[in-house]
Amino acid sequence: MMNWFRQCWQHVRQLSGDDMYERYLAHYAEHHAGETDTPPLSRAEFFRQWQDEKWQGVKRCC
Amino acid sequence: MIKGLWGRAGWSGVTLLGVFAFAQVALARGEALNALWLLAAAICVYVIAYRFYAAWIAASVLSVDATRATPAERLNNGRDYVPTNRWVVFGHHFAAIAGPGPLVGPTLAAQFGYLPGTLWILIGAVLGGAVQDMVTLFLSTRRDGRSLGQMARDEIGAIGGMAALFGTFIIMIILIAVLGLVVVNAMKHSPWGTSTVAATIPIAMLVGVYMRHLRPGRVLEASLLGVILLLASVVMGGWVDHHPVLAALFDHEGLPLAFGVIAYGFAAAVLPVWLLLAPRDYLSTFMKLGTVLVLAIAILWLRPDIHMPAITPFIDGTGPIFGGKVFPFVFITIACGAISGFHALIASGTTPKLMTSERDIRTIGYGAMLLESFVAIMAMIAATILEPGVFFAINSPAGVVGKEALDAVNTISSWGYQVTVEQMQHLASVMGESTLFARTGGAPSLAVGMASILGSVFGEHLLALWYHFAIMFEAIFILTTLDAGTRVGRFMLQDMLGNLHPKLGETSYTPSVIFTSALVVAGWGYFLYIGVIDPNGGVNILWPLFGISNQMLAAIALSIGTGILIKSGKASKAWVTGLPLLWLLLITTTAAYEKIFSADVRVGFFAAASDLSQKLAAGVLPPEKAAVAPQLIFNQQLDAWLTAFFVIVLWVVVLDMLNMSRRYLSGKPVLPLTEAGYVATRLEKGAV
Repeated sequence: MMNWFRQCWQHVRQLSGDDMYERYLAHYAEHHAGETDTPPLSRAEFFRQWQDEKWQGVKRCC
Repeated sequence: MIKGLWGRAGWSGVTLLGVFAFAQVALARGEALNALWLLAAAICVYVIAYRFYAAWIAASVLSVDATRATPAERLNNGRDYVPTNRWVVFGHHFAAIAGPGPLVGPTLAAQFGYLPGTLWILIGAVLGGAVQDMVTLFLSTRRDGRSLGQMARDEIGAIGGMAALFGTFIIMIILIAVLGLVVVNAMKHSPWGTSTVAATIPIAMLVGVYMRHLRPGRVLEASLLGVILLLASVVMGGWVDHHPVLAALFDHEGLPLAFGVIAYGFAAAVLPVWLLLAPRDYLSTFMKLGTVLVLAIAILWLRPDIHMPAITPFIDGTGPIFGGKVFPFVFITIACGAISGFHALIASGTTPKLMTSERDIRTIGYGAMLLESFVAIMAMIAATILEPGVFFAINSPAGVVGKEALDAVNTISSWGYQVTVEQMQHLASVMGESTLFARTGGAPSLAVGMASILGSVFGEHLLALWYHFAIMFEAIFILTTLDAGTRVGRFMLQDMLGNLHPKLGETSYTPSVIFTSALVVAGWGYFLYIGVIDPNGGVNILWPLFGISNQMLAAIALSIGTGILIKSGKASKAWVTGLPLLWLLLITTTAAYEKIFSADVRVGFFAAASDLSQKLAAGVLPPEKAAVAPQLIFNQQLDAWLTAFFVIVLWVVVLDMLNMSRRYLSGKPVLPLTEAGYVATRLEKGAV
């Protein structure tokens, strides 16, 4: 039961983009771990870029 | 073996229930039909179509391949290309495609009775809309998530690409105007509604600042805060309504409200996204999902009876809300919920970049459209559980039934739908409004319907609160569409103007931003203004125009799908998109023909223009109508030319596609397929 709730909560976070930064860090650790000259973005910086990119183009419909 | 038997028995049961429910819906005469039958028929149709038709299309027509890596996997960059859980993508996709359209269209189409609209919502969705969404999603997934316009250009030719771009731009203008009109009609002389809708702006800004600066990226916290404030603003509105000074401050005619919406639209397009658009979108998405869920539960709990007859005499074209016969106008009025071309823009470009496996194409492309169709069915239920007299009193414009309450009830009662002035006054007072007459546009009648459903489940004394909650709920995502649409229109315009003068194409060059935003806002602002000064309500003109343009875009998307299927050597199965395309060609061309050439002044644009000019010349118009007549005449003529433009664009694309297919089938060279090469997936099942 607790597991089920935890999974639901994970989905809600993913759906809303609440965990975007954590997923970005995971992606970074997996693919760009060796690049010491470009450290990962801070949470605020990442969110700023992600939000500005998200609203380019048709994202909402009728 | 045993499992197979159970499966077969189960599907037979679903089919039987579906047939029985459908028979109840279609054949019920005389006694009231319970809304549960409608729900049951809808759910059975969806389940069967999803299980069999969609599965067959995925396997045999599209040849979906679960071993093939998706663009999200191949091009994973942790940002826009990200392999994402299937249900999360489903949620994103549904939130993106489902706007206010499926709530408004069915409510207006209820003037024909519940049956024509319901049948079209169900059949249109399973054979048309969901197929379009799924095929477009598939094609874009196979092409690195390319947009509809790019696919048209790459696969059919430059003409198709241009048409898709222009079509989208003009739809956007018409769509925003008509949605703006719906909000204006809901706020007219309603201090409660107006103050609540106005409060959503500072609330959204607060949420925006919170998630950008105070607690960066904490989306859920910020949204929760926003939702609580929104609910508080509904309650506060009631207080404003009872306060003599504040009530006067928020009590306005349509025109000043329209100018307010126009000014707001301009501000929203120029302000940074994080301040208004992005936070408003979070709030409207949460509100939308929550309210749809609550409404579904309330309908199941309450099992209301439908009071609207299955078919009304207005199928002959004399309906008060909009003119025109049931064919083709029910198919134009209900676009979103049955088939909506706009979805093709979401299904290409955004969603494919998130999908983990091609296996999810059926769930996301076909399934999300079924859910939107279900929302449309619920809107139909909310509209038709009202007494028909009340429904027509709320939705008929003053220009048709008369300005005075007594005239309106007499006219409506003379049609055989009994309603009294006292009944309407009582209804308005329990809903916390001064009047509910002539609130054309669908939002108020839907809000009354929703309030009655939710009120009977959660307590009658809260009716006014539920009514204004429903108004706020609709307004908030209408305004989201308005913000997002104006911004997209601006980007498209900058893109086009950038070809003429590169500086204008820079999306961060302030003079260009202000100039292009002003042009886009002026475009829809013009139609909104005309809609408000039109005594026949404006919706009568704008909604069919929107329907025709949206169906035109759907036909373009289906043309692209059909053309690519034929080019891929699947001509024998291209009827899957070809048949809905044929149907859309038939209805949009017929509807456009009638809107242009019909002699009926309530249908034909030119007929209406010349009728009005004659009356103006003869001096028989009352002074306030004579003052706006020249503008109305010009607008009718403009609308006629616009309709002609839509049909021409549509036929150009279809003929272009047919020409390409003919060349391919006779062995002549055509543009090559641009499908990305096969790469085997390395993601394990359930890895994400």
